[in-house]
Amino acid sequence: MTIGLVHFLTIGAFLFGLGLYGLLTKRNAVAVLMSIELMLNAVNVNLIAFNKFTAPADIIGQVFAVFIIAVAAAEVAVGLALVFSIYRDRSTVQVDDLDWLKW
Amino acid sequence: MSDTFYTIAFYALSFLTIGSAAGVVMLRNLFHSALFLALTFVGVAGLYVMLSAEFIAAVQVLVYGGAVAIMIVLGIMLTQRGNMAESSPQNRWGLLGALVTGSTLATLIWALWTTPWQISQEPMTESSAPAIAQSMLQDFVAPFEIAALLLTVAMIGAIILAKGAKDE
Repeated sequence: MTIGLVHFLTIGAFLFGLGLYGLLTKRNAVAVLMSIELMLNAVNVNLIAFNKFTAPADIIGQVFAVFIIAVAAAEVAVGLALVFSIYRDRSTVQVDDLDWLKW
Repeated sequence: MSDTFYTIAFYALSFLTIGSAAGVVMLRNLFHSALFLALTFVGVAGLYVMLSAEFIAAVQVLVYGGAVAIMIVLGIMLTQRGNMAESSPQNRWGLLGALVTGSTLATLIWALWTTPWQISQEPMTESSAPAIAQSMLQDFVAPFEIAALLLTVAMIGAIILAKGAKDE
């Protein structure tokens, strides 16, 4: 069976699912950030697969993927800075300890 | 022959990517998770090469495999103390998370395999980097500049957040 669009999209779906599972079940804030990175990668795989198989003459899917990579880099930098800042204040990075807004 | 090779390469890269992504999510040791995350990024870069997106593959290795992986490792090293083997525990929502993920994944896979995709038979643009440069600096020049601005703002914000605001 030749490898087509659906196969790549399935890989993207599995990556997204694993990222979602990590996002929902991890307690460590850095692990949550890593799960978000997995989900963003899944989106990029989908975009580039669609670009190749449905509109190969245009390159727009790849341009969009570059923008997503840039936004993801900004996201991980700010996210880690927040983790550092919280760690300095509270000496913990477990997300379920960060519940001071709960009354 | 090359079709067989393509298929084999696809399945090998898929198992590498999905397997190491599963390692990121399942392992209890946060540092091992980070190493598997770098492996996942490299596997995804391989998939990009198979999708004839060489430029994005190079960017993926540089930005994700290099910068993001190193930032994550740095983040782990600066925020962990004590036993690294239990540094990434699961919360008590494991079952519910698996349920949500499973149903999302099932819906996605069902939708993917039942949709009649409009596959185009046009040939792919020969080299992607010049075409990306063209559209980035012509059609998408405003998003390009905004992305540059966003990165600058994010980096300054990250430095200020990590350094800590000064008390007057």
